[in-house]
Amino acid sequence: MENKTPKDYSHIKGWGIDADPKNDPTYPMKHRTDAEQEGYSWDRPTLQDVNIEVLHSIERPNVTAVFGTSTPPSGLSGMIRRYAFKHSENSYLHWLPLLMADRVNVVEGVIDDFAKGTVPNIFAEKGWKADWEHNRSGLIQKVGIMALVATAAVVLLTRKKD
Amino acid sequence: MNYRGPQRVRIDEKPEPKILHPQDAIVRVTRSCICGSDLHLYNGNVPDTRVGMTFGHEFIGEVIEIGEEVQKLKVGDMIIVPFNIACGKCHFCKQGLFGNCHESNSQATAVGGIFGYSHTAGGYDGGQAEYVRVPYADVGPTVIPPGMDPDDAVLLTDVVPTGYQAAEMGGIQKGDTVVIFGAGPIGIMAARCSWLFGAGRVIVIDKVEYRLEFVRNYANCEAYNYEEMDDPVVFVKKTTDWMGADVVIDAVGAEATGNVMQTITGRKLLLQAGSATAAHWAVNSVKKGGIVSIVGIYGPTDNLFPLGNVVNKGITIRANQASVKRLLPRLIDHVQNGILNPKALITHRIPLEDVADAYHIFSEKLDNCIKPVLIPPSAR
Repeated sequence: MENKTPKDYSHIKGWGIDADPKNDPTYPMKHRTDAEQEGYSWDRPTLQDVNIEVLHSIERPNVTAVFGTSTPPSGLSGMIRRYAFKHSENSYLHWLPLLMADRVNVVEGVIDDFAKGTVPNIFAEKGWKADWEHNRSGLIQKVGIMALVATAAVVLLTRKKD
Repeated sequence: MNYRGPQRVRIDEKPEPKILHPQDAIVRVTRSCICGSDLHLYNGNVPDTRVGMTFGHEFIGEVIEIGEEVQKLKVGDMIIVPFNIACGKCHFCKQGLFGNCHESNSQATAVGGIFGYSHTAGGYDGGQAEYVRVPYADVGPTVIPPGMDPDDAVLLTDVVPTGYQAAEMGGIQKGDTVVIFGAGPIGIMAARCSWLFGAGRVIVIDKVEYRLEFVRNYANCEAYNYEEMDDPVVFVKKTTDWMGADVVIDAVGAEATGNVMQTITGRKLLLQAGSATAAHWAVNSVKKGGIVSIVGIYGPTDNLFPLGNVVNKGITIRANQASVKRLLPRLIDHVQNGILNPKALITHRIPLEDVADAYHIFSEKLDNCIKPVLIPPSAR
């Protein structure tokens, strides 16, 4: 539905009578050109070839002239992401599935590591070596709590019913 | 650097980036920083952060290859690469809003492309790597002036412009009292830059004692620990003759502590787009008719925020990602003239291979860390 602002306001009594262009709280962050009133009309840069899957927001008509090519959607997380991009940035149905896809993607990453014959070194990835150097008592406390929780869980799960 | 999941990163071999667009350049990274906003990604708080991505939006390096449309840069140039990717042609870039480019982020319209900052910011691999692809190489990047220390240069990619713009957006008038929540690198720089706009009094509030000590000396300002206050808002009111500050800057964003409900709902349960504690305090401690400047980063969903007080107090809120390209000429002058000394913020120089330890040190504020810089093997 077209909804363009009319250019002639002469029929509106008093239109713009108090306008003060200098009273612009966006300055100097924004040098107002009013070009945005012409819509999506600029001379676009050369377009990057789209030879991977690029999900784009439904709040724009197209893929941007350049785009990142890191980690295209794949697997179950990719399916969830494709679903998310059917909804606008204004919707929880966009953002919450993306967060869910991120968590699924973590599991996919671990599976992928094993599939490639790599056992992820979780402790190294979490930077615990730095804890050992700079926060040894904190690390010992953390490991102690984890051991306690694990022991309690094992005891609870293996306890025979009366 | 390879993201594997919340609080898990490691070093991996990835294919070297290629020219994918005629305005691309390939850059050999010589310095890259970990930013406070990287911690939002690291903690898994930004939607569409995919496993396998390389983070890093603060980096400098040497141009090793250019696309056929690149005219201003040449192979061998050492360049500062702004964290935002900007085309220079869209309406928003033409207005100086280089952080809001409309031709660099397909996945979200609310923000332009940012290097290594999830697919919500365009899906670009970032600079915590040996090599990186830099789109629109003629628009954002700036050749490092002769004689400039690379440690100064790397902080001109984000920390200095963001801190400066935080103060600029505050519309600080001569004699104004400026309160800054957060004594991380951005808060420290915002405090230093507030003086450049004529502030009469600069107050920084945080809870990390070594950072408060640092900013007190570096920015020649007052610095207070909110854990020693009953209520930081009452503290600000009291110290401003019960009026509130003229300008308040949120330099914390989604990782804020200090309010249990915000921390649980925003950081632990992800029921809101990060903990909005600092923004909440900012609105409540600014004076009526005052200005709140927000440069702390939040996720794209919703936050608990005292909107009623914004209306009732007649507050102006100004916020944006820094427009690095717009600010760089002025800030380069400030660094070269000795007005700003960014490199003093760097406390840790860490080999890129130890990126997991670097993230953990920065995230947990170990070893009095303020700003860690990663140095790839080829730059050592």
